[in-house]
Amino acid sequence: MTASEEFELSDAGLVRAYVITKGRGLPDDDQLSLITLLTAAPEQGQRAPRLSPEEERLLDICSAGYLSVAEIAGHTRLPLGVVRIILAGLTEGGHLVTRPPVPRARKADRAILEEVLNGLYTKFG
Amino acid sequence: MVSTPSSADGQRLAERDYVQGGEAQTAVKILVVGHFAVGKTTFIGSISEIEPLSTEETMTRAAESVDDLKGVKGKTTTTVAMDFGRLTISDRVVLYLFGTPGQLRFVQLWEDMARGALGALILVDPERLADSFAVIDLIEQYGLDYAIAVNHFDGNPQRAEAALREALDLLDDTPVVTCDARDEKSSAAALTTLVRFLLDRAS
Ligand SMILES: Nc1nc2c(ncn2[C@@H]2O[C@H](COP(=O)(O)OP(=O)(O)OP(=O)(O)O)[C@@H](O)[C@H]2O)c(=O)[nH]1
Ligand SMILES: [Mg+2]
Repeated sequence: MTASEEFELSDAGLVRAYVITKGRGLPDDDQLSLITLLTAAPEQGQRAPRLSPEEERLLDICSAGYLSVAEIAGHTRLPLGVVRIILAGLTEGGHLVTRPPVPRARKADRAILEEVLNGLYTKFG
Repeated sequence: MVSTPSSADGQRLAERDYVQGGEAQTAVKILVVGHFAVGKTTFIGSISEIEPLSTEETMTRAAESVDDLKGVKGKTTTTVAMDFGRLTISDRVVLYLFGTPGQLRFVQLWEDMARGALGALILVDPERLADSFAVIDLIEQYGLDYAIAVNHFDGNPQRAEAALREALDLLDDTPVVTCDARDEKSSAAALTTLVRFLLDRAS
């Protein structure tokens, strides 16, 4: 098994829709962690008309590539909790796709740490 | 193709603001912690490929004493900031560095930061060692492996590592490295020391 296969996310993890009751509670941390990466879902045009201005804004910022939840909060200067709730709703509505971090596991950790170490050597000598 | 969206201050996000090759990237994080003004933001800024960002969270202050909250209408809230940077390691791994001061009462923030972190680099000012006890305790409490980076400020005398180890009550295998947080190479070397240690621990 190559390192990259080891960190592949399960389809279920990617596809599993995010279910929160609107207006209640913070999203599940594993699904929208600080470093979960998000981008706008490919199908545009059929965008639901009833997005709030904040939802539009977050969707807009996600439309040109992947950003982490933390970066989205940082760029918009919205409180993290608010950002997570809005992003959860957008994900649930199919407007965003997420790339959650891999769950910690010893084997995956090793491969990732090796990759990080090599990357640091390459970048900084 | 969509035009680049803008951030809060109306600045356009540039292509480089986005995660390179995001659809294939696995995001990981390392914490950069330490007491007030020890150099966390400087450290993150010196090696981040993006301008360091910060997020604020208004949160319920965990009751240090439950009595504190009795009779208070609503919840006691306070705003905290953490800052972070990003480093694309390869086309498979993107590393985030999260920095925050060690204050135990921001429990939610610490849980968010610590969950899934690969490890922590604890910045220490050798002139203010006692100020580091709380944050070291906190990192240990969250079960994170860590290395100590002694941020050496100009004009201060060099201190012996042995004395520092003893003062901080470190385990023998805990790495201690000196760094200048303002210097990219020096910060990267400290981070490399941590990652090498984490790899040893994972073996
Ligand atoms: N001489 C020297 N000065 C440093 C070094 N690292 C940081 N500083 C300075 O120390 C001050 C505090 O650094 P910051 O990076 O803001 O510290 P911080 O830990 O983020 O501070 P808080 O977020 O307020 O807790 C700044 O004026 C830095 O320029 C260093 O390695 N050497
Ligand atoms: Mg700071």
